[in-house]
Amino acid sequence: MTETPLVVELRDVTFGYPPEGAIQPVLEDVSLVIEPREFLGVIGPNGGGKTTLLRVILGLLAPQRGSVTVFGRAPVAVRSRIGYVPQHAHVDPSVPANVLDVVLTGRLGRSSWGLRYGRDHVAIALAALDQTEMASLAHRRIGTLSGGQRQRVLIARALAADAELLLLDEPTAGVDPHMERGLTDLLHRLNERLPIVFVSHDVSFVSTHLKRVACLNRRLTCHPADTKRSARFPIPAAGRGACRASPRGRTPHDRVLPRDGGQFAA
Amino acid sequence: MIEFFRAMEVNSLLKSGLVAGVLAGVACGVVGPYVITRRIVFLSGAIAHMAVGGIGAAVFLCAILPQPIGPLHPAHRTMVFAGATLAALAGAVVIGYVHQRAAERMDTLIGALWAIGMALGILLVKFTPGYQTELMSYLFGNIALISWGDVRLMLVLDAIILAAVLVFHKRLLAICLDQEQAELQGISVLWTNIVLLCLVALTVICLTQVVGLILVIALLSLPAATAAHHVTRMTSLCVVSTLLCVALTTLPRIAVYGTRIDPQSAIVLAAAGVYLLSVLARRFLGRFR
Repeated sequence: MTETPLVVELRDVTFGYPPEGAIQPVLEDVSLVIEPREFLGVIGPNGGGKTTLLRVILGLLAPQRGSVTVFGRAPVAVRSRIGYVPQHAHVDPSVPANVLDVVLTGRLGRSSWGLRYGRDHVAIALAALDQTEMASLAHRRIGTLSGGQRQRVLIARALAADAELLLLDEPTAGVDPHMERGLTDLLHRLNERLPIVFVSHDVSFVSTHLKRVACLNRRLTCHPADTKRSARFPIPAAGRGACRASPRGRTPHDRVLPRDGGQFAA
Repeated sequence: MIEFFRAMEVNSLLKSGLVAGVLAGVACGVVGPYVITRRIVFLSGAIAHMAVGGIGAAVFLCAILPQPIGPLHPAHRTMVFAGATLAALAGAVVIGYVHQRAAERMDTLIGALWAIGMALGILLVKFTPGYQTELMSYLFGNIALISWGDVRLMLVLDAIILAAVLVFHKRLLAICLDQEQAELQGISVLWTNIVLLCLVALTVICLTQVVGLILVIALLSLPAATAAHHVTRMTSLCVVSTLLCVALTTLPRIAVYGTRIDPQSAIVLAAAGVYLLSVLARRFLGRFR
């Protein structure tokens, strides 16, 4: 049996922003393995390094120590296969563009010259909007949408880019509870074919559908399994959702434990 | 107004001035929407003022050549035009780089470049033997003295600007929307930004003839901002703002002909008036989209 390739593998990653660099790291000795079908929630306080972690996986930041591979290669080489969904506030609402225009920028890497996107690109963008249930708003101006709707548009943009991995940054920031529920259901559906990683400081969002939870505050540590939840949401088949032990055998709290691990890290 | 058209029959400079107005209108109408959307009005002002340095250098060079080119020589205007264009383009590249890479406070650097360009220009003109008044016609424009040669140069600039926008539109819109996403899609934000600023530089040169360097900012921002009140997509915004710009660079000039009001001020004040009316109209008609 051939082993399924890992989606993301971080090994002992340390990253710090200049000028202190690695002396005062934002991420320290972070090891993480993400497998196909993963649905990982990374929670942590503000300034804990959540967005930095995503940017390291995207190859926008290069770690001072440790290695990062995505789909077995350097992140920069496979960037087009990663769907990054920033916070919805990231998109300037005053830009004169409609929803379809925004989603079409997901096709930019394949069609970046000229005035218009071809019909096939538009069809793909509309299909992506359909998946996120935003097709009816395709011609609305982006600035008139609510936070939750805009979040769905950004997910559609990642899908339009043929993403094979979704990374979401605070998907529920500024989203009302009703929309939030719809958003979790949407992510759950997408997780049937895509590995998903999101970061959030919002613990309540974390509690549904997730296969694993990790806690990030400079170091990535495990989160205690919630037995009540585990009963309600089936635990993935043995070994599938589990974190692979770090090859070099780090201390326990350097890795992510499965939800059903049932133990606190020291 | 009738006076203008009567005079136009005998005065070819009025005709060329009118055509120049249309050409300048097209340039700022097409580039303006990207400028306001990307919020680089201030950067555009800096580019315009760095062009003053180029004008000063060209005027100085003409005077110190072994065979000086006098201010009335046809080549003199071409030299000044080339100096302004080169300085504006160089300014665009420098500002584009600073904008993306500098760790310094960006607005401080841009403000400094703005003033340095202007100061160099004034200084070089001051040290040019003999002739000193010309700088004023570039700072404040001189629509009454636009020759057909100038119109031909503006036509070339317009063609370059339009072609570049047709080729780069998707990239430009993408960096306006979300530059990180554009970067992830493999688009160089740095270079796309520099292309946009070079387009601004060419537009500035085009507008210099009509309203002058100091008033350029008004035409780059006000018509596009007015149009943005009423349309929702970038392509239609470019079309509407172009129509508006062409109207603004021609009609006020015709209206004030024969009066003591100078056309440049009339153009800028008309642009501001139209913008204000648009804001009020949007308020009262409840059109917030």
